[in-house]
Amino acid sequence: MQPIEERLELVRFKVDKTPHIRLNRDKCIGCDTTACVYVCPAGLFELLGGEMHFSYEHCLECGTCYVACDRKAIEWEYPRGGWGVSFRAS
Amino acid sequence: MQEFDAIVVGAGPAGSSAALAMARAGLQVALIERGEYPGAKNVSGAALYAPGLLAALLPNYWEDAPLERYLTRRVITFLGKEAAVALDFRTQHFSRPPYNGFTLLRPKFDRWLASKAEEAGALLITSTVVDDLLYKDEQVVGVRCRREDGDLCAPIVIAADGANSFLAKKAGLQHEFRADEMTLGVKEVLRLDAHTIEERFNLNGDEGMSNEYVGYASGEVKGGGFLYTNRDTLSIGVVVQIASLAQNKVRAYDLLDQFKQHPAVAPLVRDSTTLEYSAHMISEGGWAMLPTLSRAGLMVVGDAAGFVFAAGLFLEGMNFAIASGLAAAAAAQQAHADHDFSARSMVRYRKLLESSFVLKDLKNFRHTPSFVNNERLQNVYPDLLCDTLENIYCSNGKPRRKIGRVAIDTLRGKVPLLTLLRDGWQAGRALLF
Repeated sequence: MQPIEERLELVRFKVDKTPHIRLNRDKCIGCDTTACVYVCPAGLFELLGGEMHFSYEHCLECGTCYVACDRKAIEWEYPRGGWGVSFRAS
Repeated sequence: MQEFDAIVVGAGPAGSSAALAMARAGLQVALIERGEYPGAKNVSGAALYAPGLLAALLPNYWEDAPLERYLTRRVITFLGKEAAVALDFRTQHFSRPPYNGFTLLRPKFDRWLASKAEEAGALLITSTVVDDLLYKDEQVVGVRCRREDGDLCAPIVIAADGANSFLAKKAGLQHEFRADEMTLGVKEVLRLDAHTIEERFNLNGDEGMSNEYVGYASGEVKGGGFLYTNRDTLSIGVVVQIASLAQNKVRAYDLLDQFKQHPAVAPLVRDSTTLEYSAHMISEGGWAMLPTLSRAGLMVVGDAAGFVFAAGLFLEGMNFAIASGLAAAAAAQQAHADHDFSARSMVRYRKLLESSFVLKDLKNFRHTPSFVNNERLQNVYPDLLCDTLENIYCSNGKPRRKIGRVAIDTLRGKVPLLTLLRDGWQAGRALLF
């Protein structure tokens, strides 16, 4: 399997300083489905030492994570206009 | 505060078609796009069906639009773990204007279509996110952009803001999505020279092929795969139900890898190099999750309204987007002529859709989404179909049995007869009658 990082190197991102995803970690406590880890097509969510970590920089802006999270722990909005992902060849 | 006759949020096929039609009718239109350029955030397979729809506004546009190949070959493949059965259809009747479908690449096509709206007089504003709607009493009267002095006013707002449909949700027209009614598409565009594509896929000149895959394309996860030919690239991807992805604890990009390595797919993508990876959420619930389509001063079009026709053999969206954008534009023109932007006036939009293929197709095929997501259709029948054919073709020096016997023996113990009949009835109701 090709590592996701290699795939993301092919995508153009203009990363804003302010994250457009916010995680309410209190709501993550005790979550055993961890849907976000599996559904994110950029692999941005990772459970480390029992705590959920995420990065927003390589977000493909699909919105799948907040739809999949049954605890509604993910606050998600579009990045600032002109920032974030820019598909060129798709 | 700047005033327009209409504001369109989102410069995809739905938004740009609406903006183009309204600008042609003499309305002052603002077309707002959050990407650096139209198409920057957009992903489709991408196949545009019913390309004739746009020709009403842009006659013979296929002569200069950035289209990849016209579709003359349509294939549906049932994938088993190590086998495949395909229905391979081609016709020259789809090779003449107005054609039946084109493959295209969204960053190029969306940019081009938005430029046509601009040429018609619409004001395209890129790199701008619309965060909210502005209201006066119950009436939508404009949008709030995320920038200083970002309020723009118009008696009509058309929400063409894509699958996440934030504006429709904010306006109370659409519910919060559940993971079992949305799918995720992941896709790669692969570079392969035009000559090799034509040789490998049996195409003459600018002809193209679309191949939809059912069954093992998405492993055990509910979903399917697709492979489209572009001019000198291939578009390949898997589309999977979000809830099923989470339940099975697998990642969509690993499924895409697996799909590309399937023995029936690997030879088709051999020696290609990946140019880009992309992902997008798709609303495939169809009729069942149709939002309220308008309220005073607001209409919802395209993906934002869930206008995706995912019915097994069909996987269409851009034609629904364009048709809904044009219907909204027509309703907006009439509203301006009548100076009536009330909820009742906006309902004209739905009426137009009801008499077009947009709502007719979604309604007629309303049972299809649940049928396509049937566990057995996804994970049992494609294998059984492959096994049956394998047993029929199997040549091992023993006397052959007749085909019906082989089929019954293959099915025995796998699916109870009653279940088979019930699924047959479901299939009929979904697709046949």
